[in-house]
Amino acid sequence: MKRVFLPVLAVAAAMFAFAPIYIANAPFEASMGLVSKIFYFHVPSWFAMFAAIFISGISSAIYLFKGRAWADRLGVAGAEVAVLFGSMGLVTGPLWGRKSWGVWWPWDARVTIALLLELTFIAYLLVRKFGGPGSEKLAAALSIFGMFNVPFLYMSVNIWRTIHPPTTVIPTLPSGMPGPFWLSVAAFLTLCALLLTLRSGLEHQRAALDALYLEDE
Amino acid sequence: MFTKVALLVLRKDVAIEVKSFEMFSTTLFFAVSCVLVFAFALVRDGVVVADAAAGILWIAIAFAGTLALGRTFERERYAETLRALLLAPAPRAAIYVGKLLGIVLLLAVGEAILVPLVALLFSAALFARPLLLGGLLLAGTVGFGAVGTLFAAMLVRSRTRDVMLPILLYPITVPVIIAGVRGTAALLEAAPDEPTALMWIGLLTAFDVVFVTLALWTFEPLMTE
Repeated sequence: MKRVFLPVLAVAAAMFAFAPIYIANAPFEASMGLVSKIFYFHVPSWFAMFAAIFISGISSAIYLFKGRAWADRLGVAGAEVAVLFGSMGLVTGPLWGRKSWGVWWPWDARVTIALLLELTFIAYLLVRKFGGPGSEKLAAALSIFGMFNVPFLYMSVNIWRTIHPPTTVIPTLPSGMPGPFWLSVAAFLTLCALLLTLRSGLEHQRAALDALYLEDE
Repeated sequence: MFTKVALLVLRKDVAIEVKSFEMFSTTLFFAVSCVLVFAFALVRDGVVVADAAAGILWIAIAFAGTLALGRTFERERYAETLRALLLAPAPRAAIYVGKLLGIVLLLAVGEAILVPLVALLFSAALFARPLLLGGLLLAGTVGFGAVGTLFAAMLVRSRTRDVMLPILLYPITVPVIIAGVRGTAALLEAAPDEPTALMWIGLLTAFDVVFVTLALWTFEPLMTE
């Protein structure tokens, strides 16, 4: 991963530098005007959040059953990155909602699901920070449960309430919009992978430092 | 072997509870207090806000359930009896099932008192479809208890368990609360909406199956020191 890190970083930087120009030149969506540009940040941040959630959940399962230290580090990294991208989505969502539905928080299905997933992974971070010794396993279980909870949240909240533009909006985007959109998605996913690598590397170094201290004593 | 161990754990918990009534009385008292607190918020000029009865019932169950979950494992800490349980040559998953059955039984007895109380206080027609309401309550309690028993067991060794249990439990059990409240509200309509209630029972049952399986699967590695 170390060898590919710099090239990937360069690619991501280029994508993020090019994306604003590409997005600015994309056609306006008829009913939303300028606010429709939020779409290019909002949807990709959810893509990145879901990617991070599944990475966290799967590596937590590996940690719990195989006891691999790297899996635990990836689990924390995934949870933290998921919270980061989740908060981006939760900030950009209401900006869209204010223009589209007239209220900041419409209690719409997808918005609520997002908030609940965000809460689940904030709980993960809280447990790790304040749970005391042995909290890694507890947090890993929460991450697995959080991952398996996604379909249930989807079903229950969707039946409860739906006004969000359906997911089927993506294939029907007006011409000129899919290009910048998928570039944004790729850029966000690359950023997500970079952050995951950096964060789990940091955790690795922290563990190495702890081991050195122990040796010294 | 498995069923026997689970039933033994359940019998032990029931015996302690019958003798002391500690968990039952405190949990029920707390549930009734919850109902009152929400009544002050949701009753205006003597009239209840629509669907409030369903919401109040499930909030009371969830809050009181959290209290009971905390207590059931706190009790195991007094004389390190949890360690004794885990050291016993019995399948770990059976201990989990026994504990879960104990919680479900306790909450079911509590609900048997809570439901008539809510029906009476909010003049809600909770007994219009007793079987469907029973199905919702049972499936919901099992789902809530399945996640809660696992987390409460893991938190026994943690210093911050009192704070951590609700933090962990509520985000995961939101589908149970939504299904319970919406299903109960469907039954409270002037013409009880049976298909909707059945759909929510179905969702709750799926939740129960997935999360009991997950809990059985993770209990063993989680409880190893």
